[in-house]
Amino acid sequence: MTNTPANRNSQTPVFRAKGVTKTYTMGDVKIHALRGIDLELFAGEFVVLLGASGSGKSTLLNILGGLDTASTGEVQYQNHALVGIPDRELTQFRREHVGFVFQFYNLIPSLTARENVAIVTEIARDPMTPEAALALVGLSERMDHFPAQLSGGEQQRVAIARAIAKRPAVLLCDEPTGALDSKTGIRVLEVLAHINQSLGTTTAVITHNAVIGDMADRVIRLSDGMIADIQHRHEKRKPAELSW
Amino acid sequence: MVKALPNGSLKRKMLRELSGMMGQLVAIASVVAIGTMVLIISLSTRLSIAQSQQYFYDQYQFADVFMHVTRAPNDMAMRLQELPGVNQVETRIIASARIQIDDFPEPIQGQFQSVPDFSEPMLNRLYYRYGGPPQAGQIPQVVVTEPFAEAHHLQVGDSIQAILNGRLQRLEISGIALSPEHIYQLEPNSILPDYQRFGVFFMQRSALATVFDLEGAFNQVSVSIQYGADPHDVVSQMNALLERFGSHGAYLREEQASHRFLSEELEQLRILSWVLPTIFLSVAAFLLHVLMGRMMLMQRQTIALLKAFGYSNRQILTHYLSFSLCIVGLGLIVGTLLGYWVAEPLARLYAMYFKFPEFMFGIQIQALGVAMAITALAALAGTFSSVRKALIMSPAEAMRPPAPPSFHHHQSILGPMYQKLTPGTRMIVRTLSRHWFRSVIAIFGIGMSGALLILGGHQFNAVDHMLDHQYRGVFRMDLDVQFTEARPHRVIHELTSIPGVFFAEGYRQVPVRLHNRHRYERVSLSGLPEQPHLRHVLNQQMKSETLPGDGILLTRYLAESLQLNAGDSVYVETLVGHQRRLELRVAALVDEPIGIGAYMERVALNRTLFEDDVVDGAWLLIDATDPTVYQTLQRLPYIASIGSLLDAESDIRDYIQDTVLSVMMIMFFLAGTMTFAVVYNNARIMFSERERELASMRVLGFTRWEVLWVLVGELAVLIVIAIPLGWIFGAGFSYAMVSALSMDMFRIPWVLDMRLFAMATFGVLFAALLSIALISRRVLNLDMIQALKTE
Repeated sequence: MTNTPANRNSQTPVFRAKGVTKTYTMGDVKIHALRGIDLELFAGEFVVLLGASGSGKSTLLNILGGLDTASTGEVQYQNHALVGIPDRELTQFRREHVGFVFQFYNLIPSLTARENVAIVTEIARDPMTPEAALALVGLSERMDHFPAQLSGGEQQRVAIARAIAKRPAVLLCDEPTGALDSKTGIRVLEVLAHINQSLGTTTAVITHNAVIGDMADRVIRLSDGMIADIQHRHEKRKPAELSW
Repeated sequence: MVKALPNGSLKRKMLRELSGMMGQLVAIASVVAIGTMVLIISLSTRLSIAQSQQYFYDQYQFADVFMHVTRAPNDMAMRLQELPGVNQVETRIIASARIQIDDFPEPIQGQFQSVPDFSEPMLNRLYYRYGGPPQAGQIPQVVVTEPFAEAHHLQVGDSIQAILNGRLQRLEISGIALSPEHIYQLEPNSILPDYQRFGVFFMQRSALATVFDLEGAFNQVSVSIQYGADPHDVVSQMNALLERFGSHGAYLREEQASHRFLSEELEQLRILSWVLPTIFLSVAAFLLHVLMGRMMLMQRQTIALLKAFGYSNRQILTHYLSFSLCIVGLGLIVGTLLGYWVAEPLARLYAMYFKFPEFMFGIQIQALGVAMAITALAALAGTFSSVRKALIMSPAEAMRPPAPPSFHHHQSILGPMYQKLTPGTRMIVRTLSRHWFRSVIAIFGIGMSGALLILGGHQFNAVDHMLDHQYRGVFRMDLDVQFTEARPHRVIHELTSIPGVFFAEGYRQVPVRLHNRHRYERVSLSGLPEQPHLRHVLNQQMKSETLPGDGILLTRYLAESLQLNAGDSVYVETLVGHQRRLELRVAALVDEPIGIGAYMERVALNRTLFEDDVVDGAWLLIDATDPTVYQTLQRLPYIASIGSLLDAESDIRDYIQDTVLSVMMIMFFLAGTMTFAVVYNNARIMFSERERELASMRVLGFTRWEVLWVLVGELAVLIVIAIPLGWIFGAGFSYAMVSALSMDMFRIPWVLDMRLFAMATFGVLFAALLSIALISRRVLNLDMIQALKTE
């Protein structure tokens, strides 16, 4: 299934997944979330994973980010295996290399924006300051607000600031605009694009909104736990040009 | 590089979250605080009394062996001194006398003890609160004990009158003092102090010797024992040496009245000091485990998030352990401070009946430390097990909303009724059965707290029951009149002929020591009429026993401590007059809650002792409205004391009220607080766990009250089941308590009154209503949008 373009052949993939499956039980039901995924993600690229609910895109992202482990198959991050390694190493991997952005922001309500970012910078090896991270997402003015005092878009930008503050190699975003209106969503996507370009962070965005695919280097479609199609886009659009 | 301690942001998160859940925090902390308070109160009361006693004994040379003789020459003191094992010897004159005080018409019994003319006694020295030792002079001087002086408002320089060996004598008070022999100041043969009608007086040896014709002689000796010597050897040697001087038998401290009662009291407190805290702290530990566990489960998503950021398991665990340690720490600190604050006054109140020169408040720090550690560990274990559950999940799994639990249809159990239930009620039924284990634990917790209410309340009823039994069932007399010495039985006719006396019954009272193998007890053997009317001897069925023509009856508690049963033989050693050792058959056991005693038919007793038909006192039934009865009785020269049973009953009620019940009152209050804390916490956690679900119901169009019902209904079911469970636990706890508290002095019966159960039920219901009132505010103001957003 791997469909590596010629122009990327010279590059080393950041992530390499091979034959990844994932099965889990939810209540009384056994779910085959992934049924054999082969995939590579390259340094600095902006990838959009598209798919309907239950297509397995979140599961794939979780496995790449070390939040979950594959049932079978291989996953490598910069030539380090992510399958079958102890929890301690997985923790270390998340701490140093991956930033997450979730659909529902998952901010800690009892901490201010600045403190929500600090919770990550305090344990990272070479972080930017929480203030710098918040400035990158345009929230310098609202650093001392609690999540409840911020709009949805602002909360998501705090979540992005929190994810990039550690200068991760990879930014994994699960439906970052899913809970936002289109105007706010575009503002968030602008921030993601800006980070991708200015810091060179490999960015993977999960969405079921096909329009977002227009701003990506590659669009990977998932269906029923398998990769259905991979598109290379040579002409990326700016987030501001998108609308839905 | 992995930091073990929670860092800045986590610390801030913890502090903000702690302040955000103030109600729950206070509830959990109060469970801990109450456990700690109970422990401190229990430990400090016992230790304070024990320390004060030890200090008094040590500083004022309380003797080890005591012995009464009829009359022994002074030079026997030298011989006693030479006995191996004897350290110091102090001979004295001790005699009884009637005291008269203006404004107090009732007879007062005085015990006169000699002190050396020109020096301090070597043993049983006095602590002078005011004034000093008696001096020789025109008017003989005496020192009185402080409780007597207080009861009659006597001061140094005041005078009293005493009938000393038949002669009325005016005495001047030179000092007011305390004696290690009379920390618990008791009239012989009674079990409670009566400071108005009994006093101890200290007079110069020479003055007392003259009055009682004991010049050059003594009638009591106290001895202290060398370190390491066997006290029983000293006792046998003293018995052998002084037998020919009319010895009543030497006895050790353990049989000395004041020491014995104090020891009993300390023993009772020792038991209380572990039974009560054990029950309270184990309930607290259980509740903490459950509460912290459930609270931590609600942090599942945050834990997953922290893991996603790369926090290590150790860091997350440390964070949550310090979180619960904060709550427990708060409880421990508040409990310790409040405990100290309450414990000292309470210990002093308890010690009110004991006269110490110095009350030395103290607490066993070690025991406190251990208990605190246990409490903290219980909370940490609860936290640990829940956080661990979240930690072993992969973060992705923990962050996913938990899979909808599988529910079942309940038509089969509830039948057609189920169809008629409202959706809300169906939710209650399903939730309870789905989370049955959690429900069982909650029921258990609420039941336990209700059980503490029963434990706390049990004593009140039981004490009433006990006193009713003794003062309505056993004692039927109005007055108890004791004679100066044994008198022929015909004196009863004389008493009956006094106007206002309806009925009189004579009794014998012989101090004896009962032996069964190596066990022995000093008690008073009472000789009663065959069919006593004024003092019943009750069997287990509460029926009055007839006294058999031979054999002896024993209080069940006494028989048990001597390991005797009906039909066994017991050795009886008389301690006055001609000392005899008799072997008697135990005819039956008697069930009395107060005191210990042995009973025989009077004529049989006198015959066994080779004495004529004599009596030592009489019980009277009188016309209470006739004031002349007292006056006539007082004029009779052979009457040593007149005791009113009404006074005795109110004295013992006061005593129990001031001691056991005042502690239990606090325990009851603490149990009530704990009940509230537990019920509130359950309700609060139920609300948090259900917040999204309830908000969804509101979104779907359920009314506020329908939504509230889902929560209240579930709590109601838990409480309805928990209440009877609490009754069972409570009955068990109180049984453990009364069994542990059985003493010579009194045995509180295990009485389970309907009122008790009603009270515990009311307590739990009240706590539930209050909790519901507090929670309903949150349910009624549920923010639908916010609640649904917080995924």
